[in-house]
Amino acid sequence: MFYALLFAPLIGFFINGVRFRSKNAQVAGAIACTAMAVSFVSAVGFFFKLKGLPVDERALQFLLFDWIKVGDFSAPMAFTIDPLSMVMTLIITGVGFLIHLFSVGYMSHDERPAKYFSYLNLFVFNMLLLVLGSNLLVMFVGWEGVGLCSYLLIGFWFTDPAKAAAGMKAFITNRIGDAGFLLGIFTLFGLTSTVSFAEVNSYFLNNPNMLSTAWGAPVTLACLFLFIGAMGKSAQIPLYVWLPDAMAGPTPVSALIHAATMVTAGVYMIIRLNPVFLAAPNAMMVIAFIGALTALMAASIGLVQNDIKKVLAYSTVSQLGYMFLAVGVGAFGAALAHLMTHAFFKALMFLGSGSVIHAMHEEQDMRKMGGLRKLMPVTHFTFLMGWLAIIGAPGFSGFFSKDEILWMSFHSPRGSIVLWVIGAVAALLTAFYMTRLMAMTFWGRSRVPENVHPHESPLSMTIPLMVLAFLSVFAGFLCIPHGISTILPGHPHNFLDEWIHPLMASFEMPHGPNDLAIEFTLMGLTLLGILASVLLARYLYITKPEAADSAAKKYSAAHKLLLNKYWVDEAYFKGLINPIIRISRTLWVRVDVKIIDKCTYAVSDMVKNAGGGLKMVQSGNLQVYGLYILIGLVFSVWFLL
Amino acid sequence: MLLSSLIFLPLLFVVLVAIAPSWLAKPITLVSTIMHFLFSLMLFKHFDPNTAALQLVEKSPWLKELGVSYFIGVDGISFWLIILTTFLTPVVVAASWSTINKQVKAFHISVLVLEAAMIGSFVAFDTILFYVFFELSLIPMYFIVGIWGGENRIYATMKFFIYTMVGSLLMLAGIIYLIFQCDVQLGELSASVLDFYRLDLTFVGGTFMSPQNILFFVFCLAFAIKVPMFPFHTWLPDAHVQAPTGGSMILAGVMLKMGTYGFLRFVLPMFPEAVAVWTPLFMGLGVVGIIYGALVAMVQVDMKKLVAYSSVSHMGYVILGLFTMNLYGLQGSLFQMLAHGISTGALFMLVGVIYERTHSRKIADYGGLAKALPIYAICFLIVTFSSIAVPMTNGFVGEFLILFGTWQAAPVYAGFAVLGVILGAAYMLWMVKKVFFGEDGEVIKKYPSMPDMNLRELLTMAPLIVLIFWMGLFPGVFLKYSNKSMENLVQNKEEYRIKLQSFRTTELPEIGDRREF
Amino acid sequence: MQSSLSIEITHYLFVSGAMFVLGLAGVLLRKNIIVILMSVELMLNAVNLAFVTFGYYLQDVNGAIITLFVIAIAAAEAAVGLALVVMIYKNYKETNIRFFEHLKG
Repeated sequence: MFYALLFAPLIGFFINGVRFRSKNAQVAGAIACTAMAVSFVSAVGFFFKLKGLPVDERALQFLLFDWIKVGDFSAPMAFTIDPLSMVMTLIITGVGFLIHLFSVGYMSHDERPAKYFSYLNLFVFNMLLLVLGSNLLVMFVGWEGVGLCSYLLIGFWFTDPAKAAAGMKAFITNRIGDAGFLLGIFTLFGLTSTVSFAEVNSYFLNNPNMLSTAWGAPVTLACLFLFIGAMGKSAQIPLYVWLPDAMAGPTPVSALIHAATMVTAGVYMIIRLNPVFLAAPNAMMVIAFIGALTALMAASIGLVQNDIKKVLAYSTVSQLGYMFLAVGVGAFGAALAHLMTHAFFKALMFLGSGSVIHAMHEEQDMRKMGGLRKLMPVTHFTFLMGWLAIIGAPGFSGFFSKDEILWMSFHSPRGSIVLWVIGAVAALLTAFYMTRLMAMTFWGRSRVPENVHPHESPLSMTIPLMVLAFLSVFAGFLCIPHGISTILPGHPHNFLDEWIHPLMASFEMPHGPNDLAIEFTLMGLTLLGILASVLLARYLYITKPEAADSAAKKYSAAHKLLLNKYWVDEAYFKGLINPIIRISRTLWVRVDVKIIDKCTYAVSDMVKNAGGGLKMVQSGNLQVYGLYILIGLVFSVWFLL
Repeated sequence: MLLSSLIFLPLLFVVLVAIAPSWLAKPITLVSTIMHFLFSLMLFKHFDPNTAALQLVEKSPWLKELGVSYFIGVDGISFWLIILTTFLTPVVVAASWSTINKQVKAFHISVLVLEAAMIGSFVAFDTILFYVFFELSLIPMYFIVGIWGGENRIYATMKFFIYTMVGSLLMLAGIIYLIFQCDVQLGELSASVLDFYRLDLTFVGGTFMSPQNILFFVFCLAFAIKVPMFPFHTWLPDAHVQAPTGGSMILAGVMLKMGTYGFLRFVLPMFPEAVAVWTPLFMGLGVVGIIYGALVAMVQVDMKKLVAYSSVSHMGYVILGLFTMNLYGLQGSLFQMLAHGISTGALFMLVGVIYERTHSRKIADYGGLAKALPIYAICFLIVTFSSIAVPMTNGFVGEFLILFGTWQAAPVYAGFAVLGVILGAAYMLWMVKKVFFGEDGEVIKKYPSMPDMNLRELLTMAPLIVLIFWMGLFPGVFLKYSNKSMENLVQNKEEYRIKLQSFRTTELPEIGDRREF
Repeated sequence: MQSSLSIEITHYLFVSGAMFVLGLAGVLLRKNIIVILMSVELMLNAVNLAFVTFGYYLQDVNGAIITLFVIAIAAAEAAVGLALVVMIYKNYKETNIRFFEHLKG
């Protein structure tokens, strides 16, 4: 059954890969979806198997073969299904299946659907390697593998140079992270002499003296290096720049890779290694602050973008920032909860935007949309659920997870009021730009061009939307924070937290008598702020659309700054990429050609000149040679006598 | 006799090719090199990976007065390099099938002689014999570049020949010194490597002019040029650009490895103190090579030159791994040699395939090739991923082990070497993007109905791609054979010895073990 | 009287030596191939003279025999040499050997 779980997508990849020329989206989609369905069903099977086991024994090991084994270093191709990887596997295969299904309709007019589906299956396979791998090396295989598939899928429409460039940018930025990840593996191996997750974690659990607050301590370095890896994969400052560009790929790809699964790999990795990270408070602090700042910065950029997918992309970056904020303050359960709910509602919104884009004939500019509510009722309704979830409307899934993160960032001993403020402001901004997106796309008056006639998408596309909408609404009830559960009837458990509890290092949260009161006060403040920004956005973009323009004019400097994404891309080009290219050219033209080759020529010229002097002797005149013979004869006779 | 026949069978084929009519030259060479490869697989049967001893030894006196003998054998270090050579030769012949159209016989004779010389230098355990094969390999290569090369071929081939010749001549002087040193220390003249290992060469810390130090640099120069290590690399781009496809494949695939093999066989065991002292220099040069090669590759306009500079970068990894002097680094280096042989060979072949169709290697001329030649694009992408060390391909295992070993030995170097991982992706993907993606380039407009890869090209490519994944997925199969030899090298850095093991089939193996030549 | 006028061996050798040096000078200095060939003949004849002289004085017939050989070889050499000269002249219209310095380094 494990083979079915892991290898079904790979088989799907091979089948579709071999018939990559096929133009039939239905057949290719059917193959890919079957593979995903097999994988998902076996994942569900494993879930029940795991559930049946006693809590302490919930870890199924699978060893395929010894992969790299040199000296003391051993990295077998081994996999572990435990509660944590189970959650991820269910998300990957479940959401993955829905997105595959959606793709059948979305890619129906594409020229190479078989290729698309084969890449998509390959991605799922690599993602499963990433989450199921029982050591860091196998995780790294998946880690690079998903980056590779992301590269292929972003550049899927490669005839457009900008899209090909976006793929390349994604891969290279990810590579910077991967290099950090490698160094992290090395440092961790230096500490623990193993790369197996179980052994690394138990090493740190059994050696509490590993905890170190020194910046140069190996454990801090290891965590920071690993976090560089996470920065690349999960698009955190300063390596987030690839994710918005990655929207060049087909929209279902954005939903699967750049919202639901791959970009959360960094969060997953940190949760997986939580005992290690807990031993490095400094690294945790860095993670929390970078997460919070990313959340804020990306949300602020999202305020003014006009491309529907760009808004969602910055929203993803921002939400990932929340997850890192959560792991940074030690709230691993909350991070996983947000990872899960985000996977549902962001996949939903990406697919919803895909549905819109499909209906609008590949138009992504929100200024040319508006009033689509009537024309696309299902898409609108499901999108509405996603919107409610992401802004944190009470009762919707995002509410539970986001609220828990904000509360923990304030309450945790590793947290601080600064982090809470940043997080809360980002939440307000999120509410604003998501409302703006809803207003510009679905509500208000229509700005659709005359020649475009949007229509509701086919059933194969709306069914995934409906399922995801259902999950976006109700998934939150799997992870109800402790504070909220106290006021709910029946005091429901936080199922998710309990499920992954055996894998979490014990990290005591302080308990104060006023905790509940503070939590609800903070929650109330955020909710009020969110309501205010929703109303403001509604006012600016529906009631008085001209007010938005005048506001943009009034604060034109800030508007420009945000519209141009703080000029980060430009700064990277000016400050990093162009100088590297200039240096390279200098190295080539000056060092290689001018210095090294010149030196070689100098040596060879020396030899040549030495020969040049003797060259005169070889006159080619036989008579002169005769003279030499004579002189030689005379000399030898004189010498002998 | 197995090793001797491995060396001399290609020379027998030379005779065959020479007397056959020239239209038969290609098929005869292809069939015979494939048979030779299959024959070389006999090594698996006779080679025992569980010992570091020298196996399948053959020794008979050659120049008795000088202590020179015909002394060959195989151990874990050379085992895979021999197989790599016999494997790549038929691939090269098949890849040159349609590119070589003048002097067909001479080309194939050159390839066969080259194969014999390369195998010879990997199995020779007598330094003079090694030197002979080492130099012999230059001559066919000189002709391959000089006759079947591009426009600037004479310049390139002269540069290649003289560069490598200068280095190895100094080494010859070093060998002669060591032969006489054997007389002084061991009581008889000997050119055997095993005797050289037993020599006690004076090393005085702080002075440059101590014998061991000078010998170290003399040997290093010869091999550093061959590898080629920064800053002796400038012959490589010229030679690669001018060489025909097959020539580039052999050059990058096997001949560069003769340099790193030399480090492994001679420099590291023979001069332990000098190696210990100069490790920072060589690791530094390795790192510089990695970054320098990658940076320069990034701004190349010629596809072949880009691949050539990527070779400089990859071989920098090998040097880095060798000088870590720990098991991870050494095993990684050996693996990287094999992986680089396969993937760079494949890259050169692919560049050759497209050059044959368009007669252009300028990156700027291309664009949108993935649409016109989808199968070619798939092959190229796979090989690219191997070259930039994506896990599950062969490039990753070597690079990972080298970086890992370097981190254990000297973390700072690993910190810089890791940049190569990023830059490697940058230049290769930049080329892929320019050549395969984007709008149709000039060449597509010029040759709108270019054929995709044909059956011969695919069949040539297939074994390389299979190996890329096989080596990436099951590196243990490959590492197993060199493990004992490398352990022996790491554990006996100061007092390195290799025991002899006679043929396993003989009844008295203990005699072979006791006897020391 | 007779003894004072008699021709001694030294005279023969002197003439032979003078002829040889003249021939050598001709070979080394003259430009025309035909003249050089003639000079070679002169050198051979100088040697012949020396051989005959010594043969006579030592009462040894070998001197004369070798001379006969040399004359025969000289004839052959003249034939081949002149044939070459004729061919060279036909091809290049030139007998000056400075024209043929192809071995110049």
